[in-house]
Parts: sequence; C-alpha cells; structure tokens
Amino acid sequence: MKNKFIYLAVLAAGFASCEPEFENEVNANYTSGDADFSTYVAVGNSLTAGYMDGTVSRVGQTYSFPNLLAQKFALVGGGAFTQPSYADDVSGFGGLKLYGNIISGTRRIIDASAGGVEYIGGTADMSGPVDIEISNPLQQTAYNNMGVPGAKSFHLLAPGYGNIAGVALGQSNPYFVRHATSPSATVLGDAMSKNPTFFTNWIGANDVLAYATNGGAKSDGVTPADDHNVTGNLNPATYGSNDITNANVFASVYSTIVNTLISGGAKGVVATVPSVTSIPYFTTVPFNPVPLDNATAAQLNSVYAAYNGGLDLAFSNGLITNQERLKRKVNFVAGKNPVVIVDSDLTDLSGLGIPSYRMTTSQDLIVLPASSFIGTLVGGNASLINGVSVPLSNKWVLTANEKAKVANATAAYNAAIVSIANANGLAVADMNQIMNQLVGGLRIETGQVYTANYFSGVANEWKVLFSLDGVHPNARGYAVIANEIIKVINRHYNSNLPLHNAGSFPGINIVGSN
Amino acid sequence: MRLRFYKQRKTNTFYIMRKLLSLTLLALAGSTAFAGGYRVSIQGQKQLAMGHTGVAVVNSAEVAFFNPAGMVYLDKKFNLSVGANALFANVKFQNSTYNWTAESKNVGTPFSVYATYKLNDWLTAGLAVYTPYGSAVDWDQDWEGAHLVNNIDLQAIFVQPSVSIRMGEHFSLGGGVIYASGSVNLNRNLSMNPLLSDDGQPSDVTIDAKGITAWGYTAGFMFNPTDKLRIGMNYRSEIIMEARDGDAIYNDTPTFNPLANTTFNADLPLPAELTVGLSYQVTDKWLLAFDYNRTMWSAYEALDVTFGNGTESLNPRNYQNVSTYRVGTQYKANDKFTFRAGYYFDESPVQDGYFAPETPRNDSMGYTGGLTYQVNSKLGVDFSFLYLHFDEIDNSYNHSTDPISGQPNPDFGGTYKSVVFSPGIGITYGF
Repeated sequence: MKNKFIYLAVLAAGFASCEPEFENEVNANYTSGDADFSTYVAVGNSLTAGYMDGTVSRVGQTYSFPNLLAQKFALVGGGAFTQPSYADDVSGFGGLKLYGNIISGTRRIIDASAGGVEYIGGTADMSGPVDIEISNPLQQTAYNNMGVPGAKSFHLLAPGYGNIAGVALGQSNPYFVRHATSPSATVLGDAMSKNPTFFTNWIGANDVLAYATNGGAKSDGVTPADDHNVTGNLNPATYGSNDITNANVFASVYSTIVNTLISGGAKGVVATVPSVTSIPYFTTVPFNPVPLDNATAAQLNSVYAAYNGGLDLAFSNGLITNQERLKRKVNFVAGKNPVVIVDSDLTDLSGLGIPSYRMTTSQDLIVLPASSFIGTLVGGNASLINGVSVPLSNKWVLTANEKAKVANATAAYNAAIVSIANANGLAVADMNQIMNQLVGGLRIETGQVYTANYFSGVANEWKVLFSLDGVHPNARGYAVIANEIIKVINRHYNSNLPLHNAGSFPGINIVGSN
Repeated sequence: MRLRFYKQRKTNTFYIMRKLLSLTLLALAGSTAFAGGYRVSIQGQKQLAMGHTGVAVVNSAEVAFFNPAGMVYLDKKFNLSVGANALFANVKFQNSTYNWTAESKNVGTPFSVYATYKLNDWLTAGLAVYTPYGSAVDWDQDWEGAHLVNNIDLQAIFVQPSVSIRMGEHFSLGGGVIYASGSVNLNRNLSMNPLLSDDGQPSDVTIDAKGITAWGYTAGFMFNPTDKLRIGMNYRSEIIMEARDGDAIYNDTPTFNPLANTTFNADLPLPAELTVGLSYQVTDKWLLAFDYNRTMWSAYEALDVTFGNGTESLNPRNYQNVSTYRVGTQYKANDKFTFRAGYYFDESPVQDGYFAPETPRNDSMGYTGGLTYQVNSKLGVDFSFLYLHFDEIDNSYNHSTDPISGQPNPDFGGTYKSVVFSPGIGITYGF
C-alpha cells in the first residue's frame, strides 16, 4: 500500500510538469519559400533609413521598415541586420551637427503644454541640442540598411556622395558621410560589399519629392525649380537639389541599380514612389484657410483694387485671356478664403508693374509648414499679413501646374520601376497604390482603418500613420509598410512570414512639456 | 479610460477541471467537467474523485455542499471532512499571424471544511466552508493582450450554515444561507496604443477590492425510493459580488496625461447553479452516481467598471447558460480502502468572439480518481486527483474598445491550449 502512495506521488509530480502543447507550434509553418534571407540589404532614402518626425534618431531608426522586416526574416534563416550606428545620439533627439553647427534639427514632438509641434528640447522655431556630430566619428562601415535620407536615384551611384568635404557645398550627403566606407565610396557599392542574398530597393521618391515639398521652388524659395522632363537635361550632375529628375535618367539609373543588386543572384523587392497627394504634408492645409468677416474682406479688397484694375487693363490690351484675368483676380469674401500666392506660371506682366498674383484654388496644394506662416505679420506690421495682404512666395504652394509635373514624373518613374522589376522577376511593392488607399482609409488585416491624415489631436492619433514631419511615416506607419512588403514577399516568393501588429507600435510622440 | 476587468479566482484556478484518477488506471482517468467560467468545482475529496457528483450521494460531510438535504442520512452523529487541493492551471497562447506566444501558469489552493451534527433523528445541522469560484491568470506584463488583461486574481469563500430535515422514511429537505466573501485584483494596460506610455512603459491600471461580501442561499431535497436508489436536487442561488470603492491604481501614466489614483465600482455575478442527480448502490461495495448541473452564466452579461474619476470600462461578456454532465463511481474494496473514479463533460459559458484571455476556457473533459484509506473507524484519509482536458481552440475577443480613441480595438485572438490538474488530500473524521 505504501508503494501505491509513492506511485501516486510520482504521478502527481509527473502531471505537475505536464505542459499544454499545441498540435502545431506557432512557427512550424514559417518558411523563406524561394527566397534566401541570410544577407538582407536595404537600399533607399529616408523611408528606408527609418526617418521620422524630421530626423533619424536612435530610437526612431529601430522602427525602420527594413529592420522590422529583418526581425521576421530572422525566423526563416535571416542573418544579422545592421544599421548605421546612432549610439552617439545619446539624448535620442536626432538631428545633425557639422563641425559644431546644427544643420538638421531635432525630432518633432507635440508639446501638450503649448499645444503644438516643436523641436524636442527646443521650440517651435528652434532646434533643441543635437548630439550627433557628423565629423566624429566617421563610421566607415557598410551596413545592411543603406537607406540614406535625402538620396535621389542617381545619388546611389555617385562617388563622393559620402565625402565630408562636400557637405557644406551641397555636393554630398551628411547621413552617408557618417558611414561611407571612404570619401569616394558609393551607396550602392557599399551595399554590394555586403553580398546581399535579398534586397529591398525603395529609391526614387526624392527625385520628385524635393521639388514638391519645396513648392516647386529652388532653395531660395522663389525661383522655380526645373522639371528636367521639360528641359530634357539628361545630366543629373547639373541638376539643382529641388529639380525633378528626367524620367529617362531615372529609368537608366534604376536599371543600373537593380542590375547591380541582382548581380550576385539576389532576389528582392522594389517599391514604387508614392504620390504627393497621399501625403499629409500636402493635404493638411486647405486651399482656403483664411476666415474673414465682411468688413475685413472689404478692406483687403481695397488693397487689391489697383491690381485687379491692372488685370482688366492687360486683358483689354490683349495681353492675357479673359480666363486668366478672372483666375488672377483677388477677391475676398466673408467666410473662408483662399490665400494669395505668387505664381510664376502666370503671364509675366511685370513690365506693366503688375505682379503675378492669384488666389489658390482647390487644385493647389499648400505645404504643411505654411500652417504656421499664413496669417503671420511681416515685421510686425498689422497690415502686412502673409498669405493675405502679402502673397505667399513659390515655396509655400505646389500649384496645379507644378502638381501635374510631379504626377507625370511619378507615373513615369513607377512605370520604369514596375517594368524593370518585371523584366528581372522581382517582386513589386506598390507603395504608391497602398498609400493612395490611405487617402480614403486603408483597412488592414486587423480591421483597423488608417488614414493619410496629419495628427489633429489625441482623438485621431490612433489612425495616424504619418509622423509630425508630414512626409515620413511614424513607427506605426513603418509597421504597416513592413507588413505590406511581407505580404508581397509571401506572395511572390512563396514564403510564409508573420506580420507585425501595427496597432501596438507608437504613433505620435506627445510630451507634457518641452 | 476604460478598463475591462475580469474576475476569476486563483484558488479555483480557471476552470477547474478535475480529474480523478482511478487508481488502477491513471491513464484512463475519466473526466468531469467543471462548470467553466470562473467556477471551480473542487468541493470535496471524495466527491471530486467521483467526477464531482454528489447531489444524491451520502458519503460524508461533503454532502453539506452537494445537497444539504442529505446530511440527515449520515450514520454518525458528528462528521467532519477537511480537504484542500493544489490546482495547477497552465494556458498557452499563440498567434501565427504575428508570431505571438504567451503562457500563464498559476497555482491555486481550493479548500473545503464540512461538519455535520445530528441533533436528533430528523434534524441535522451543518456548516460548510468552501471556495466555489475563483480564477487566476498571469500573463507576462505588457504581453500582446495586455490591453485586455495582464493578470487577475479572483477569490471567493462561501460560509454556509445549513440544516437537513427528514420527512418520513424516504424524503428529506435541506438548505442554508450562504455568506460569501471575495476579493478581486486585476491589472491591465490602459490601451494597446503606446501613446499612453511613459519612457516605454505602457500605462496600466490595477483594480483591487477586498472584503466584498454578499448573501445567498442553497436548498434541496433528497428522495430515497428504495434502499439502493437516491435522487437529489439542489439549487444554489446567484450571488452578486458588488465591489464598491475599491482601489484603482494607475501606473506609468504619461506626463501629458497623468491620472490620479481613484476608486472603482463593479459587479460580478456568481451564477446560480441547479443540480439534479441520482445514485444507485449496485452492490454492497459498488456505488454509481450521476449529476447534471445547469449553471446560469447568462447573469454574466458584462464586466462594467465605473471609476471614481467618472470614466468607465465596458466589457461585454455575454456568457451563456451551460450544462455539466457528471458520472462517478465508488468501490469499497475492504474496510481499509475505498476507490473512486469519475468523468465529466463541462460546457464553457464563453461564446465565440468573447473569448478573453482573462478566462480562456473552452469546453473541457474532467477525469477524476481517488481513494480513501480508513485509518480506523473514526478517521480516514482521502486522496483525489483531477485532470481537465481542453482541446486547443482558435478564438478571439472582439468587443474591446480603446479608451483613447473610443474606437473598437482589433480583435484579439489566437490559439489557446489549457491544461488543468489538481491533486488533493483531505481527512474524514466522525463518530
């Protein structure tokens, strides 16, 4: 009998160690399919680097979509995935210094006490302290994540793009300078030194986005930048920083990049260029943001009476069409009003002393930074109101004409990307199509619906995928992007990779006080 | 902020399933199902070993719980049964869409104390102290389902004085009042959205209430048409545990939205249970028993928590009434040894889409076994074992709301697999 009790005790102990077991463990079905993720290299621009809230920061970088992809690749043979070191971003504020001068501000946050967007550690207008000094140390290391913020397609092939001597001259890129293996290294060359077995390539947005975000203006903010699809200039070395790259140049460069990436047998994913109309940087400020009462409208109209009269004169002299005359007339009314802008595409009547003004229409896109500029006073003079009595200069508005140039270029680039990918059997992540869905609301697999809206308060924070710079995704947005790319990989390469739970990623960074 | 919370008792850990191992065949354990939800059916070593049947069994003072009407049939003037179990409840969770894995392991200690005293031929008084409800779940803090629950510990102790009155040769009535005392402690993250976090630590809230008391009753009859057959019925009333002015403690709230600790109110129903059953003395040594339980879980519509700061957390539960089917047997081998075994099937009150990780219970089968070693005519030692088998289940909770946005959260689900087992020991004393 005694033995029986011992037997029972042993049984009890046996049960005590018994564990629930699944018929199929969660990772049993994950597979790389036809792909080999052992060495994954990402090339691209800021979207690949994990840029958000206006900078790359130590923490923000961990949410780069390539890093999120690599976390899943690791389940099916993916190797180590390295990113440029941000260990020197001790504060996590991001930003860049060159020889002690801040050349790129700290990341943007919402200061709850002030109720607006500010540089963390600084103010709405002034950067906070920056830890990262470009010149020290130069990392001189090739990383798996070769996303370089600001890079255009042809920059990936440009020797000297990582030469510190060129930063001040605008000839090189401070982000690439930090980790270029040598002053003459190219981004693509450094990427290839990793011998990728799998790659993502999301380059091309800046070939058109720099033009768009600057409202179609050169860096002086006034002079129109060039669309080289119009000029026919095929030499990117001569392009201004805000110019639109010629589509043939883009296609040629893109082909070179892809052929180089696959030269060692690598498979990969290429991503298309998103449309500016799906980015809150262009869609947040309405074309008619100026509320006026009757008296103020009348007062303002009197300011423009001479201008409007001049247009009538020009029309009667056959210098402009009636259509242009009506388009250019400035007329404020009670209620919401468009802003007055300088539009260089209007007929030049400066010989008559008539400036090229008009009011915005719903076809124009006012850039996000204008939200804190429109309505401000010039020199504190109450009669000089930006956007109202003082027309906005070129850089604040992407006009309908400029928008069409951007759209044409984007379409041409994307056609080249898809065609080159198809010719080489590569998977295409149509980020343009996906981000266009965001405009109407993108429903993801969890049932959650995200939009392309800018943060407008805690109540909409949960569906915001863009960071406070209005151009780049936030961490949650990068998770959605990573998921879309994973789905493309699973489809194209017969792999089975799990997704990220986007809803648990951070959205907007709100601090109590700054 | 809304918070949902859920109560379960640790002692009676999740569902309790008991399994009895028949001594002979552990492997063949029969299962008795326990009544799902946060009901823990471990109310006596002898009866647990018989599949937790007992509404028509007169074995020991345990009948004070199963059917007080049976107390009057106990042979001895005084009967005492004291017992306790170690209840191990392990749950694993996984979701292959996101490669999530999680695990909760808990140990509870349901116990019972029963005493009866025969006042005269037709009247017996009894006292029962037992732990019929409880739950404990302990996931990793900030796990993927943290917006539903990080951990919970729900406990309730019932104290039940009762009387049994014999009415003629074949029939008796019994009943008593129940004094219930309970506590609840639950922690969950305020949101799955990391917006509500400070320095990477998600905000969470703990609600804690102790010393919640309530009253209920139990009543039943036993009918013995022949020497061998007993028929019993017992009803235990619903008891609503009303937590009032419990503590709500916020942790890691962000600087832009600090939340002061406050109080909370919440009601948690402990559902009514109706049991009918019979036992048949097949031979002098061999007894068979069958019980049917109907548990009125539909009382548990929602766990709504109202906070002192004016916020509330609405958590639909929408439980359904369920049945448990039990069979047990007892074989008195000799004066020293009695062996028992049983099985039950326990339906889960949780409906599809309401499968929350606070009470991740699906239907189960309980296998029970045990024995008594009679030291002398007065003292016996009881052993029992319960093993509850759950199939793995794919299910989700689809009814949570984010407190920041006021919008529905994504469904939270995956595959759950539970194992519950519980060895127990007790003594029986009588004269």
